[in-house]
Amino acid sequence: MQPANLLLLTVVLAIVAYGFGYARSRTLATPLGGIRHLKSLPFYYGARASLWCAIPALVVLALWAAFQGKVIQTLVLGSLPAELAPGSAGEASLLLSKISNVASGALPAGFVEAPIAEAADRLEALREQSRMLMTALVVSVAVLAGFLGWLKIRPKLNARVQVESILKWLFFSCAALAILTTVGIIFSVAFETFRFFGKVPFTEFFFGSQWSPQTALRADQVAAEGAFGMIPLFTGTLLISAIAMTVAVPVGLMSAIYLSEYAGKRVRGIVKPLLEMLAGIPTVVYGFFAALTVAPFISDLAASIGIEASSQSALAAGAVMGIMIIPFVSSLSDDVINAVPQSLRDGSLALGATQSETMKKVIFPAALPGIMGGILLAVSRAIGETMIVVMAAGLAANLTANPLETVTTVTVQIVTLLTGDQEFDSAKTLAAFALGAMLFIATLLLNVIALKIVRKYREQYD
Amino acid sequence: MTNMNQTVARETADQDTPVVAVEASKPAHGSVEEGKTVGKPFSDKAKFKLRDVEVFYGENRAIKNISLDIARNEVIAFIGPSGCGKSTFLRCLNRMNDSIDSCRVTGSLMLDDIDIYDPKRDVVELRARVGMVFQKPNPFPKSIYENVAYGPRIHGLANRKADLDEIVENSLRKAGLWDEVKDRLDATATGMSGGQQQRLCIARAIAVSPEVVLMDEPCSALDPIATAKVEELIAELSESYTIVIVTHSMQQAARVSHRTAYFHLGNLVEVNETSKVFTSPEHELTESYITGRFG
Repeated sequence: MQPANLLLLTVVLAIVAYGFGYARSRTLATPLGGIRHLKSLPFYYGARASLWCAIPALVVLALWAAFQGKVIQTLVLGSLPAELAPGSAGEASLLLSKISNVASGALPAGFVEAPIAEAADRLEALREQSRMLMTALVVSVAVLAGFLGWLKIRPKLNARVQVESILKWLFFSCAALAILTTVGIIFSVAFETFRFFGKVPFTEFFFGSQWSPQTALRADQVAAEGAFGMIPLFTGTLLISAIAMTVAVPVGLMSAIYLSEYAGKRVRGIVKPLLEMLAGIPTVVYGFFAALTVAPFISDLAASIGIEASSQSALAAGAVMGIMIIPFVSSLSDDVINAVPQSLRDGSLALGATQSETMKKVIFPAALPGIMGGILLAVSRAIGETMIVVMAAGLAANLTANPLETVTTVTVQIVTLLTGDQEFDSAKTLAAFALGAMLFIATLLLNVIALKIVRKYREQYD
Repeated sequence: MTNMNQTVARETADQDTPVVAVEASKPAHGSVEEGKTVGKPFSDKAKFKLRDVEVFYGENRAIKNISLDIARNEVIAFIGPSGCGKSTFLRCLNRMNDSIDSCRVTGSLMLDDIDIYDPKRDVVELRARVGMVFQKPNPFPKSIYENVAYGPRIHGLANRKADLDEIVENSLRKAGLWDEVKDRLDATATGMSGGQQQRLCIARAIAVSPEVVLMDEPCSALDPIATAKVEELIAELSESYTIVIVTHSMQQAARVSHRTAYFHLGNLVEVNETSKVFTSPEHELTESYITGRFG
């Protein structure tokens, strides 16, 4: 039986075990005078029996599925005649794929040496045996453990506590999954980053002002040396993010102030969802809006007042990105401003302050830490944004502060470095990981700062 | 005056959620006729002249045809069961009900010779003359100094730092807080005790030299010692200000006020000298309330 089917079977067995456990607890309860004489409700006895049935079986299944491939491969390779035995790991994997191709019928047995064909047969046989063994083992473990669990049901047994502690572990492992994924990403990026620094010196990457990652693909090819200075990329990222924030922060903040303090209930009910809809537009749509509408408009406008502007500019990408981020800033700020207690507003108004004085002098300062937190979250969003920049800002790594020129960002370069056919051990592709690591560190720092500020804010007036 | 402890109820509703009178489960301790107030609701030294005042929350009539004078430099206490409209009525006096959309006020409300609800009236000026202290101490999350200086600053009462310092010191002295805080004026106000915070709010209110101070259950969030201090302060302030205080504690009304007004389900039932209200109330409902038959 295939592991997937086996999984299904285990689930079915677990459900059956639940039914038996439930029934047994009720049967045990009857002579005692009803289920109130049991330590736990019948549901918990059933759940306990089903967990007893499922957990060992699933563990066996997982272990078997994880190791069977390796074991079978070793057995097959070990049985090959000495003259065919692989000399290196590379040869071994080539040989194995040949054998499994024969076994699966993709490669006719007549085309290969006899020992390979034999090995393919052996592979097939071993797989078959493994499947049967696995099925037998998993089913018997499930049945046996389920039976034991069922047998152990006593009126005095506190099944609820046991089930709940298992569930607690289940929840914990769900939480751990997110953390482990993050850790995994960090390690894979860090590993490749170290390989990159083995090829390109530290100083060049951090202090170089040239970015042109095109290197020779073959030894005989004539190409540039390749320059890996991250400065122009980070400058581009900062420039575009700065433009985006100059658009998003004032507009977002003022719309938040309007919505929370001045707008009537009806206006608020209409405007707020509309504003939040901006966040639902896919970034690729923003991207072509920026590239096809905003960028030409800006370059035409610049040309009409006699300034030279590139058809793809940091300004276009930044402005559109700013519009995209407005709901972030406005929504978070609106929440924070609303969270300022009404009593502070009343206190200020009762002193004869106008609404705008109250806003400026009492509510805004009280909400400021929370607003800052929101802005920093928006900044990390801007830094990580890719699509708009790819489409509207261009790919040329210019070291410039002129928003009318074309620039590129870290994220865009990561995309261009990794798309298409690439070898994964050249400095060019490894550079993407180094950039990713830097970006990760930058946004992580921003998030840490944002969280710190938000936490401090929480203690403000409670 | 028996059973007083039981009748010291706490209003559950916050001051920003107005309690609307509920007609249900009214005990039959007498009835009240709308617009009829027994006792002495009028005065010839009136600071506020309030006539035929009605307040609506949407369709709901929370204040029913109340007429009352509030005299210069008197302390008048508003008492009555929860939801009787006393806070609503108080908040009409400096138009703090304006921020509630559905709220509508009719009738004539005059402060000296100005019409409080004149649509052209500048509420800023009105509120500078009629200050307010709330149920829960609500100092701004700023320093003690900044809290008191806030009002004078927005009204431009001080041209120089020295003037402002003087106003702050005087207000804190009047509020009986100066000696406790003079060494830590830069400390944040939210770090003070509840009683200190409430006295700071009083100092903040009197820093703009109002003529009237409205107090909406100013002691309901305070312990007995802090309450005693605030009550002492009210007695002192009554020399220079007109004070209107809403309270749930009848002992407090008896201790601090000159006149007491008893509200019941949006009606003003009885107004009289405090001693008279608590010893020989004229209206049956007043008597039932102060003797603790309901509350």
